[in-house]
Amino acid sequence: MTKYTFTEKKDTRSGFGAGMTELGRTNPNVVTLCADLVGSLKIDTFIKENPERFIQCGIAEANMIGVAAGLTIGSKIPFATTFANFGSGRVYDQIRQSVAYSDKNVKIAVSHAGLTLGEDGATHQILEDLAMMRAMPNMTVINPCDFNQTKAATIAAANWKGPIYLRFGRPVVPVFTAPDQKFEIGKAWMVSEGKDVTIVATGHLVWEAIQAAEILEAQGISAEIVNIHTIKPLDEKAILKSVRKTRCMVSCEEHQANGGLGDAIAQTLAKNFLAPQEYVAVNNSFGESGTPAQLMEKYGLSAKNIVEKALKAIQRKQ
Amino acid sequence: MQTQELREIAVQVRRDIVRMVHACQSGHPGGSLGCTDLFVALYFQQMKINNRKGKDTYLSFNMDGKGEDLFFLSNGHISPVFYSTLARRGYFDVKELATFRKIDSRLQGHPTTHEHLPGIRVASGSLGQGLSVAIGAALAKRLNGDKNLVYCLMGDGEQQEGQVWEAAQAAPHHKTDNLIAIIDLNGQQIDGPTEKVMNNRDLKAKYKAFGWNVMEIKDGNDMDQVIAGLRKAKRLTGKGQPIMILMKTEMGAGVDYMMGSHKWHGVAPNDEQLQTALNQLVTTGTIGDY
Repeated sequence: MTKYTFTEKKDTRSGFGAGMTELGRTNPNVVTLCADLVGSLKIDTFIKENPERFIQCGIAEANMIGVAAGLTIGSKIPFATTFANFGSGRVYDQIRQSVAYSDKNVKIAVSHAGLTLGEDGATHQILEDLAMMRAMPNMTVINPCDFNQTKAATIAAANWKGPIYLRFGRPVVPVFTAPDQKFEIGKAWMVSEGKDVTIVATGHLVWEAIQAAEILEAQGISAEIVNIHTIKPLDEKAILKSVRKTRCMVSCEEHQANGGLGDAIAQTLAKNFLAPQEYVAVNNSFGESGTPAQLMEKYGLSAKNIVEKALKAIQRKQ
Repeated sequence: MQTQELREIAVQVRRDIVRMVHACQSGHPGGSLGCTDLFVALYFQQMKINNRKGKDTYLSFNMDGKGEDLFFLSNGHISPVFYSTLARRGYFDVKELATFRKIDSRLQGHPTTHEHLPGIRVASGSLGQGLSVAIGAALAKRLNGDKNLVYCLMGDGEQQEGQVWEAAQAAPHHKTDNLIAIIDLNGQQIDGPTEKVMNNRDLKAKYKAFGWNVMEIKDGNDMDQVIAGLRKAKRLTGKGQPIMILMKTEMGAGVDYMMGSHKWHGVAPNDEQLQTALNQLVTTGTIGDY
């Protein structure tokens, strides 16, 4: 398999911040909004360099989404930023009517998604946002995996016409993708080729998938890793091509099993090519307080769990 | 345009409203009739609108609205008055009003950009969202160095939505003094009189406390008062505060049996009732029914 190493760990939200800094310097139409979480979203540099293009919205997310929609009417490209919990479920109707149905070029960029938000606990650990946003017509959903990919996704989002839900996280994680990579929305990334089982992963689970594949390789099992950073539109072609070869798969996401990446893939497989699929995802429960590593372990989202599910998927073949 | 001509157009718009709602046997005539005078005053006289026409003889519509005033309807259910006004102003063929709320129409039950109807800039219907969008559009105008104004109409029942107060707080904070918001105070909502369903209490004091420059139009169904009120509001722009107009109207204004009750909020007239209404809405000039 392709070997991946990392020299440093960084948070994906800092990748977003770096992307915004670059957009602030290169695209005069980009405007940033935030609901009292500037430090958490890492947009300090953007604000410092472009104070007139930053709109502080206070702790009022519903209004922020509407203001963002209005800004597009003057040809601005607004990035509405907050935690994933407050940028999805809390404002679902505002996104639905004022953004998606109205076809407004709003980027909803949210941090602290999933369990890895950690100690704040379940009130803030949204694990349903991909399902909600995936169900919404006209919405593009992106969940990048490391600092570099998040930075590239942020810049690509500004150049994409239409609403986007861009989801990233809080903890520092290995930086293993190329700096200044080309990021194509809706296009899967072949992380490593293999022949026995396909592992499709998104967000923080991509690094776990790489580690799982290494463990499997030591056992003589060749795993193919596909990174789906764009949950919607889903690169069905890439997934089907891989599963037609390996004939079984595991989907991995820091999200509920209900309605997320795994379900999107299951729909594709059901319609095109039946093959055993195992889920590495949260099983119909809320999270809790703890360190990110403890939570990923307890809720079954670690490399070890991917290995178990991969072996099970292989066993279910034929 | 002279006030007498505006009055004439308002009668025609009211005829359109009752005919549209009657034709599909659904829609919201009460609030539409109450706000007719405001719509006509805005679109035919007070708003600066790009008058360029496209090849098809209709007004050419640009979503970004640079160089012109913008209007947002937050209480989207009064779509009949919005559609009729836009058609009569020249954005699209008045004949299209006959498609209101019917299958494959651009004139959806509630206004939307989704079917690309010229004149509409955002979807509304789920209440409480329009003021936020208007603030965003006003801030974009400021960023673009565009000196034109942004208008937003809301309902009084709509003031019960929490998001309205998030927006009410944000507009003065960001000194959006190119924004004129209007609340249609007809005192009625679906379940009855507003003060009984959920009392808004003193909206004037509330908005003042939030930092708005608040003014009133005592009778929003008197064209002279509507024009004077809008003129005054425009004079108040550019002074560091957003402007709020509290405009009293009569729900169902122009059709006697619809007036003064919440019962015609979302009910269509039958054939006989339509005739009664049309007999009360008589134009003298050259404009005619679609």
